[in-house]
Amino acid sequence: MDFSISEEQSMLADSVARFIDNDYDFETRQKIAASELGYSKELWQTCAELGWSAVLFDEEDGGLGGGPIELMLMMEQFGRGLVVEPFLANLVLAGGVLRRTASGGQKEQWLTGLIEGNLQAALAFAEPQSRFNVADIATTAVPDGDEFVLNGEKTFVLNGGSADLLIIPARTAGDQSDHDGITLFALPAASDGVSRRGYKSVDGLQAAEITLKEVRVNADSVLGDAGQGLPVLQSVIDEATLAVCAEAVGIMRTMHEKTVEYSKIRMQFGVPIGSFQALQHRMVDTLIACEQTQSLLLWATMLTAADDKGAAQAISALKYQIGTAGLLVAREAVQIHGGMGMTWELDIAHYFKRMTAIELLFGNADHHLDRYVALSN
Amino acid sequence: MNVNFSADELAFQEEVRTFFREKYPGDLRRKRDHGIELSREDTIRWQKILSEQGWAAVNWPVEYGGTGWSAIQKYIFANEIAEANAPDMVPFGVKMVAPVVYTFGDEAQKSRFLPDILQSNAWWCQGYSEPGSGSDLASLKTRADRDDDHYVVNGTKTWTTLAHLADWIFCLVRTSSDVARRQEGISFLLIDMSTPGVTVKPIITIEGDREVNEVHFDNVRVPIDNLVGEEGKGWTYGKVLLEHERTNLAGVARSKYRMRRLKQKISQPLHGAVPLLNDRIFSRKVAATEIELKALEYTDLRTLAAVAVGKAPGPESSILKIRGTEVQQAIDALFLEAAGYYALPYLPAQYDEDFPVEERLGSVAETKASLQYFNNRKASIYGGSNEIQKNIVAKHVLGL
Repeated sequence: MDFSISEEQSMLADSVARFIDNDYDFETRQKIAASELGYSKELWQTCAELGWSAVLFDEEDGGLGGGPIELMLMMEQFGRGLVVEPFLANLVLAGGVLRRTASGGQKEQWLTGLIEGNLQAALAFAEPQSRFNVADIATTAVPDGDEFVLNGEKTFVLNGGSADLLIIPARTAGDQSDHDGITLFALPAASDGVSRRGYKSVDGLQAAEITLKEVRVNADSVLGDAGQGLPVLQSVIDEATLAVCAEAVGIMRTMHEKTVEYSKIRMQFGVPIGSFQALQHRMVDTLIACEQTQSLLLWATMLTAADDKGAAQAISALKYQIGTAGLLVAREAVQIHGGMGMTWELDIAHYFKRMTAIELLFGNADHHLDRYVALSN
Repeated sequence: MNVNFSADELAFQEEVRTFFREKYPGDLRRKRDHGIELSREDTIRWQKILSEQGWAAVNWPVEYGGTGWSAIQKYIFANEIAEANAPDMVPFGVKMVAPVVYTFGDEAQKSRFLPDILQSNAWWCQGYSEPGSGSDLASLKTRADRDDDHYVVNGTKTWTTLAHLADWIFCLVRTSSDVARRQEGISFLLIDMSTPGVTVKPIITIEGDREVNEVHFDNVRVPIDNLVGEEGKGWTYGKVLLEHERTNLAGVARSKYRMRRLKQKISQPLHGAVPLLNDRIFSRKVAATEIELKALEYTDLRTLAAVAVGKAPGPESSILKIRGTEVQQAIDALFLEAAGYYALPYLPAQYDEDFPVEERLGSVAETKASLQYFNNRKASIYGGSNEIQKNIVAKHVLGL
């Protein structure tokens, strides 16, 4: 048992931290979030040049061979900087599916572009009716010669408006929530019959509603085994859940620290508000929430890295913690900042919105507590 | 980073398991499993077995008889002692007064007191709180007035756990009132409980047991050799002790053991009922507590790892104390709730040694659940109440 990180891992974390400190201040972030594209092409290219886009992929595929620990270290920093660049959508979600399923030819076609930063991708994991059940897929794919015909609706597709490549889970067999019969397709976003309605989300990211109407796609676009897409999808969603939890830990820490600092300079009744015991104890509670969540993040990441059979349950425990302790930290930060915490001008409000979005992403606290119980029986 | 034990760590775990399997007396285990309190003699017998093995003082420096274990080894040991349902060392000697003696005491004191603590020849208790000094410990009034080569001690200590069994008491006493800050003028004094003028009076607590006492000092003459460190510096020493105490108070391994027992219980159809584990609301409560405990386990491990690279347990240990006791109390409440009506009969006599186990009403987990629940309300009060811990963290960690 060892909690220390390697020199390479430490260098990676430092390089992301430096980027946040030097090139990604709050003002820059706000400008990028408000831009039409919703992310910066220039910074995305920088990410690729620094090798971050390659971190999660195998060396033989042109990657750096990193795993959950590297992902955790990077995402914590992204959380701190409230980064809106589509790292999660491209590299964890879409990249995660490709990493697990793509054949040699498919890797050549899609993976290289993803790693080099000149291909945008998205995974359509949700549908209007699915809520947090990734197996609930009504979108159909019907074989027709050496093609499939796709019909259905996908909701809240992160990076869906910008993506060149869409990864579409569709049902080739079974009923709407069956575990078998889900097939993953690599679909060029420009295909006939694909219509997209892009929008900004409340946390400054961008997503799209995607409708597929009689979309024809070649059989060689199937990723992995036909009908066996769910385990892949679940594994990718679990890793993405771990990623947003690490991001949330970075956010929690930042919100807590900014709140403590603010309480030392905000004067009321002639004294700093941080001198009031009522507030002191609440800030101790948020510190404890940060420490406890950091601990679960470490645990879940280490289990995932070790490919332990308890990893999925640990991720649910962590996501539950984010939805409880994480939201406590977020709410207290706004409350203790008072009116200032309510303003668009101050970063606290935007951290708060990202925490709110993370709570709903990939299943809320209630969902994950049920899943935790189910996985322990 | 690696979540799994190394080969060496696994071998160590096996060594510890073997020890508990072979050396932990069956009659003591039976008593513990059946909810019967161990006597003073039982406790000393067990502690001497630990001592012979060299495992009585896990955290001491090796030169005084400590183990020299790594953070992970300590973690493994704590897990195994809990899993064996074997008692920990009574903390007041080995975990509380000893670190003060070996850190601040002189050579004569070290050789006089440490071996007896290590070998369980002397039983210690703690004289901090007073009737008028709880959270505001620095307001303590017990006086030690110098009279030639003795101190004359007068005053009252309270909430003194196991004082009725103890040979020695370590006390914070006021040696000077002429000070700028109340924390000055307090000294750390070791007092033989058999000295004339020391009287111990029982306090019966909420669950009906005698665990704590009032200790009265009436012109008790204590040799000046029993002063640890410098006169007037006792507050500083006492704080070091409390930081050690707080990390011990998290009780993670015990909570893990109890959590497992709870889950075993509720997976069975007790008294013909549907297993409580099938109840969605209850199983979610169990899960939430289990998650909090897992987080605490890793927070504890992170602290241990920090201590292993040379950092003293600092004010962060307050976090462990707060969360550790909250989790313990949450588990107490789950046992109580799981027991239902069986938590309500008040039958302390059925936990006497000579009461036939087969004639008991309910199981230990049931009819002792309420007593444990009542008794352990103390956890968020002792060792510096959880509110005091928050004051400490606010001041020393957050800088408020």
